Amino acid sequence: MASIGAVATAPLRARKAGENSPASIGFLVTLWVAVAVAMICLLTLLVTAFVDGYPRLDGALFTRYSSRVIPETAGARAAILGSMWVIGTTALLAIPLGIAAGVYLEEFADEQRWYNRLIEVNLQNLAAVPAIVYGMLTAGFALAIGLERRVVLAGAIALSLLILPVIIITTREALRAVPAEIRQGSLALGATPLQTVWRQTLPSALPGVATGTILALSRALGEAAPLLLLGGLVFVSYDPNGLMSGFTTLPIQIFSWTGQPQEEFQELASAAIIVLLGLLLLMNALAIIIRNRYQRHW
Amino acid sequence: MSTFSTRTAEAHTAYTSTGRPMTSEDADAASRGPVPAGAARHFGPESTPSPGDRASQLPNKPIGVISCEDVDIFYSRFRAVTGVSLDFGRNEITALIGPSGCGKSTVLRALNRMNDLIPGARVTGRITYHGQDIYGSDVDPIEVRRRIGMVFQKPNPFPKSIYANIAYGPKVVGMKVDSMDDIVEEALTRAALWDEVKDKLKESAYGLSGGQQQRLCIARTIAVNPEVILMDEPCSALDPIATSRIEDLMDELRQEYTIIIVTHNMQQAARVADRTAFFTAKASEETGDRTGELVEYDVTAKMFGNPSDSRTEAYISGRFG
Repeated sequence: MASIGAVATAPLRARKAGENSPASIGFLVTLWVAVAVAMICLLTLLVTAFVDGYPRLDGALFTRYSSRVIPETAGARAAILGSMWVIGTTALLAIPLGIAAGVYLEEFADEQRWYNRLIEVNLQNLAAVPAIVYGMLTAGFALAIGLERRVVLAGAIALSLLILPVIIITTREALRAVPAEIRQGSLALGATPLQTVWRQTLPSALPGVATGTILALSRALGEAAPLLLLGGLVFVSYDPNGLMSGFTTLPIQIFSWTGQPQEEFQELASAAIIVLLGLLLLMNALAIIIRNRYQRHW
Repeated sequence: MSTFSTRTAEAHTAYTSTGRPMTSEDADAASRGPVPAGAARHFGPESTPSPGDRASQLPNKPIGVISCEDVDIFYSRFRAVTGVSLDFGRNEITALIGPSGCGKSTVLRALNRMNDLIPGARVTGRITYHGQDIYGSDVDPIEVRRRIGMVFQKPNPFPKSIYANIAYGPKVVGMKVDSMDDIVEEALTRAALWDEVKDKLKESAYGLSGGQQQRLCIARTIAVNPEVILMDEPCSALDPIATSRIEDLMDELRQEYTIIIVTHNMQQAARVADRTAFFTAKASEETGDRTGELVEYDVTAKMFGNPSDSRTEAYISGRFG
């Protein structure tokens, strides 16, 4: 006790400049400025896109095909339908595969095995690989199996590869959040491990899985790079009608329009951007609703 | 009650996955059915017996439903428990007591192969259920867990309705069910929960109190017709009133089930158990690892009144642990 000194009995020190010192205020101002810069940039983008695109945000945008010569009446019909085709196919490919892989890694894989650890490390890295690399990978893959690379299926494969690591990781995190007691309770009743996953663990984790999956799909929706690398068509004047159909998507269409000299195409691009942003906002809102309404706090 | 006793027979013949009867005693167990009131045991809730009363009616040696012979349990290299030999008696409550880290929970979880779920856990020696080695290469651990149910320390109802919690077990084990409603009612009645929940069967089990949740977990276990129920400190998360209800329930369940309970609460062991096993841990001289061992196993009244081993006496009288 002696070395520590006497018990402190002095009155609490009066508040000094602590929270109001110039350093503290300076720090706070820096934070506010940082936030303001980010928000102003975002707002500028949104407002200019809206102002430029609003006049073209009409029925024609959704019903007419793009045009090389008469931009006044061109629309994004092919791109909107193409985006739906590609994202729908991506969902069908990536969601079952991603959830199955996540369930295997979290519930069944023996982490002591070298090959499971290898998968683990690769997965973390794959999630950080630039999108364009998946485009190159798919182009090579398509060449190897003799698949035309400008079709819906090829685009969907590229986007599936892109979001697969994200779906796997979010599935695993959602499963990990389900308490071990639930699994034990099920197994102790004589359920098999498969029944336990299928009837207890996975249903409990589903809101988390759904949230992550929708966010991943909305990322795929906004992606242009891998599709451009596949040679995605920039000019399509027909509705895509199958997996082997040529296609364009909203981001590709926007990219193509912004490269045109005519003023009308710039306006058209802004209108398409508004549509794309609206779709993304809708998907993210859906993810948030699912998370808030169904996510369980154990 | 009748629906349950007939299904007991079905369950015990249909679930022998190995293709041969588990033992000759199996038929015996199947025909056993619920003990009728007025038979050998008649402890209603109105006549809660003191251990002394029951001790005089216990057989000298337990009629072993589960027997351990020289059991060692390892977690990878670490020897958690060594040299455990004891018989758990039919329709008895056996308590496993001892200080923390003495391996009593490890022993309990070895009895229905829940330890299999921990990577690296293994058992040497023999643990038999009606004479059959439950770790035999031809025995399905799923089958073992159907016969030997388990209730955990923290109530762990599934995030479903009360009804679905009970119906889950019979569904997954593929029980032939005439009426799930009857099974749910019967299981909840046996677990002394029916009157409290009969009007809200479709509501979430998470809306129940801790004690109700634990009785729901007991009802859930009963619904798949086990012969033995393992309880791992079932009252440690409950208040004294809920604890007392569970203890009363155990006393009733003893008439039809064999119960093995791990408890940190020595008064609880003294109140409910027919026999008590005392475990303690001994540190190895070479490695310093603490390995659990069985010190003494006897009728509860003797364990608490006149133990043979000085370590038991020291623990029970509060001088260590």
